[in-house]
This record gives sequence, C-alpha cells and structure tokens, in this order.
Amino acid sequence: MRLKDISINNLKRRKGKVFFLILGLTIGMTTVISLISISRSLEEDISKKLDEFGANILILPRSEDLSLTYGGMSIGGLTLDAHTLNISDAQKIRQIEAQENIGAVSPKFVGVVEIDGKKIPLVGVQFEEEQRLKKWWKVHGTFPKRQDEILIGHEVAVRLFKSPQDPLLIGGKEVRISGILGETGSQDDFFIFADLSFVQETLNRPKSVSFIEVSAYCHTCPIDEIVRQISKTLPHAKVTAIKQTLQSKMETLDHFKKFSVAISIIVLMIGGLIVFTNMMASVHERKREIGIFRAIGFRKTHIMRIIFLEALIVGLIAGVLGYLMGLGVSYFFGPVVLGLERVRWTLDPTLAIGAIFLSTLIGVLSSVYPAVRASKMDPTEALRAL
Amino acid sequence: MSLIETKGLSKMYGSGEERVNALMGVNLRIEKGEFISVMGPSGSGKSTLLTILGGLNHPTSGEITMDGISIYELPPEKLADFRREYLGFIFQSFQLIPYLTVIENVVLPLSITDIPNREQMKKAGEILERIGLIGKEKRLPDQLSGGEQERVAIARALINSPPILLADEPTGNLDTKTGKEIIELFKSLNQEGQTIVMVTHNPDNTRVSSRLITLRDGRVEYGK
Repeated sequence: MRLKDISINNLKRRKGKVFFLILGLTIGMTTVISLISISRSLEEDISKKLDEFGANILILPRSEDLSLTYGGMSIGGLTLDAHTLNISDAQKIRQIEAQENIGAVSPKFVGVVEIDGKKIPLVGVQFEEEQRLKKWWKVHGTFPKRQDEILIGHEVAVRLFKSPQDPLLIGGKEVRISGILGETGSQDDFFIFADLSFVQETLNRPKSVSFIEVSAYCHTCPIDEIVRQISKTLPHAKVTAIKQTLQSKMETLDHFKKFSVAISIIVLMIGGLIVFTNMMASVHERKREIGIFRAIGFRKTHIMRIIFLEALIVGLIAGVLGYLMGLGVSYFFGPVVLGLERVRWTLDPTLAIGAIFLSTLIGVLSSVYPAVRASKMDPTEALRAL
Repeated sequence: MSLIETKGLSKMYGSGEERVNALMGVNLRIEKGEFISVMGPSGSGKSTLLTILGGLNHPTSGEITMDGISIYELPPEKLADFRREYLGFIFQSFQLIPYLTVIENVVLPLSITDIPNREQMKKAGEILERIGLIGKEKRLPDQLSGGEQERVAIARALINSPPILLADEPTGNLDTKTGKEIIELFKSLNQEGQTIVMVTHNPDNTRVSSRLITLRDGRVEYGK
C-alpha cells in the first residue's frame, strides 16, 4: 500500500462530499473553458466577417489631385499624370513577406463613359479577384467570363433600361451585359464593371491601374505590418488600412475577453473556496485519523501529501470534466447567447492540458492551508482516546 | 543499558491556578523483553506516561531515553521515524481507519516505507495468520467484532517488528472472554521476546505481566 491508496480510499468513502467538491471545481472550469471557446469562436466569426467586409487595405497612386471617391473613399487623380499604378504592382503585392495573409488583390482602373447621353463611371476589374473581394454581391444573370461581357450596377440598369443579355456600346465597342448587380446600397449601384484589360484599352491607358484593393486576413496579424511591407514594395503608392470596421469588431471582442477574464477569476475563486472549505471540513473530520497516522510514524509531510494527493485527484477529474463540459456548453449555448453561427467543437490539446493544469493548481493551492493545518495537529489532541 | 529509561519525568498541563501536574518526577527502567502493566485510578497520569513513552507528548522536564536515544532531542520528523521504527501502538478503541480493509489497516505503517507491495502483503499475511484473522483480509473494520478489531490493531502495531509495544487499555472495549484472549495473545508475544508496556484498569490483566507499576497523582506509587 502507498499513500495514494489512502487518498483514493478516503475519496471513495466520502462519495457525496467529493461529488460536490468535484462539481464545484468542474463548474468553475466549465465556465472558463466555455468562455475561452466562445471567445475563440467570436474571433473566428469576426475574421470571417472581415473577409466578407471586403477590402481592408487601399493602395492609391501618390497624387495631390483627388477627384473621385469610390466606396466612400477618395481615389487619387483619374488623370494619373505623374504617379500611376501599374498592373505589375498587383503582382508585387502577392510577393510581400506576409503574403500568406493576403486574400484578394483587386486592381481597378476607373474612367467615365457616355452611354445614351449619360455619363457613367466605368470600372475595370479582374472579375475573379472582385468576386473573392465582394462576397456579398448578388448577380442577376451571370458573372462576366469573357472580355466582352460586363456587369452593371442596379441604378445603371434602371437608368439605361437594360436587362441581362442586352448589348451595350462602350467606346465604340459592343459588349454584352452578362449580369446586373443586385442593389447594394453603395456606389457599386452606379457603376459599370468590365474586364480590366478591356477598360484599359477602351480608355487608351494600357496597364494603368487607378487603385488596388486588398483583402488581408488580419484578425490575428498586424495589419499595420502588412501596410508597411506593401509600402516598401510600392514606394510610389500610398497604402492605407481601412480600420473602422475592424476596430469596432475588435473592440467588441476585447470587451468580451475582459469580461470573460473577470468572470473566470470570480468563478475560479469560488471553486477554490469550495475546495478550501471542503478540505478544511475533511481535515476537521479526520482529526482522529490524522492522530493515528502521526502515532504510527507518519511525518508531517506524509500527512500533507495525503491531502495534496486528494486535491490533485479532485483537480484532475474536475479539469477533465470541466474541459469537456465547457466545450459542450459553448457549443450548445454559444450560438444562442452570442448569436454566433456556430462554436467550434474541436479537442484542443493545449487548452485541455491548460484546463487540467489550472484545475489541479487551484485544487492544490486551495488545500495548502488545510494540509499545513492537518500536519500541525497535535497527535495527542487528535487521539483523545489515548 | 535499559531499553527504556526515564529520569525525573514530569508533565504539567495549563498554567497558574489551573495548572495540573499530570506526572511528577517519574523514574523508570524497563528492560528488553519485559511486560509492564501500568495501573492507577483515573487521572493518575497513566495515559500521559504512555503518550510520553510513545514520543507523542513532550515532557515538561526530565529525561527519557529508548535504546540509548534521547527521543525528545530528535527533530520532529526524526521523532516520527523513531515512532515508526521502535514503537507499536495499540489504542483503547482500536483506532482503525474505517475506509481501509483489514489488510490495508495492517500494512498502514509500511505505506510510507520503500517496502514493495508484495512484501508488505506477505508480512501482513503472516501476522494475520499469527493472530487468527486469516480469511478476513478484505473486510472493513465495521464488519468485524470488537475482538477482531483489536487483533487488527495488534497486527498493525506488530507489522514493523517494533522493539516496544505500547498498549492503552487493550481490553477496555471488549467482553471478558475476548479480553482474556487478547491478554493471552499479549502473553505469547511477550514470551517470544516482545517488550510490552500496557496501561490497564483491570487487575486480572496484570497477572500475565512481568512487572506492575502503579501510579497515583502523577507519581509512581508502586514498582520502579
């Protein structure tokens, strides 16, 4: 027999009390794990939404002449006199150090064309990149697949009385409307989107680019660092991070994280208190037993080891249960409470080990005083029968 | 050199007007292989003497040596080791651990040693056979009679083969017949060379002992 057998047998004897002891600590760990899981899912959700928001970096030519706004942002001079961007700049962005964080890179060339006596902005895009950038676009008809196919904004379609498959004359060239954008409520409703090369040729500015929109996955990466790297690669361009949407979401996450930490500390303190009171009661109940142990030659450290072993076992069980229950709670209640689409159900070994370690640590730390007290018990007082 | 020797052993509890002199100037010499019965009325200091001999209760003054070791000069942890190696305790109300089986109670003092489990069980088996408890190893204390519980307590006290056995009223909670059986067991242990110091209220129990010491008001009234 070893000391651990004494601890295990004692825990088995006090099934009811041990159940509540484990339950108390498990509830604490469940809360912590569910809050961490929800935080992570919230972060993932924000990341996903960031992708849906589209571009979060805008690259403009360095120009004093600001003559057009696009998507609520000023765009450097359409005249593109001194400093222009080139289609090759878009390729360079793909080669920066933080290239794995780059999602879509969408170069655009913007001009104005006259159709049926109406001046309408014409935006040259690479449709494949544009589709990745603007996941919220709904197209009636199909996305352009050829150079002579275009996409027109909702308002353009209304003003020109056009439908999908209708032909249109742009700069003397006949093109076909492959699709009409569903109403976006943005300036996209007023634009004609055509293939970038087609627009460059039509407006006689081959390879020129008005601006480049970049979508970077930045919920975990420092967006400022990506901006710095692009600026270094394109010294002739002005690179700006669009931070507003990111910031408000990140602030929400930050508030939730702070709230989670506060709640976690409180519940863990309560868990620790439950262990403490339970262990104190156990030590008090076992006075006589401790007296016997001391009388037959147990050292003070042996008594402490028995108590700590019990706390360790309780902490381990509560850690495992708390981790699993925490995942369960966040999976089932996260979507209800925070309106998340889903909370990830994955067994994260680091989190699992962390939960078990934390639970065990709380169990053992809360038992320090009861263990010291037990070890200091006067054996003659403990053994009143003597 | 005597196995146990006390010189001017005194123990006081409390202070001022509430001061109680539990033991006063007790001088004893107990030789190896002796069976000592300690008698005396309640409050005479019997239990105090036993706890002091057991290394559990520091005397207020005086000296006590066991096998030449001044036990109260040992650091606390060494004193605990001394208790484990030199002393076997038998308590009045058995004092078994209720959630441990018979065999687990018996090997309890070995649980903090390096002795392998198999050897622990072998030793316990031998002792249980010696005291007539074979077949009841897996029972819990509350599934045993008073006499059987006392035997388990004796087995636990003997598992370390201690040179000295200290017993406090070992028949106090037993019926006459079982009490006699236990005393007979003590007698045979003593005949095998075991040194025993037994506190008892029952004069009949003293018949088997080699020497009787009577205490009154903390002093040795008879026998030294």
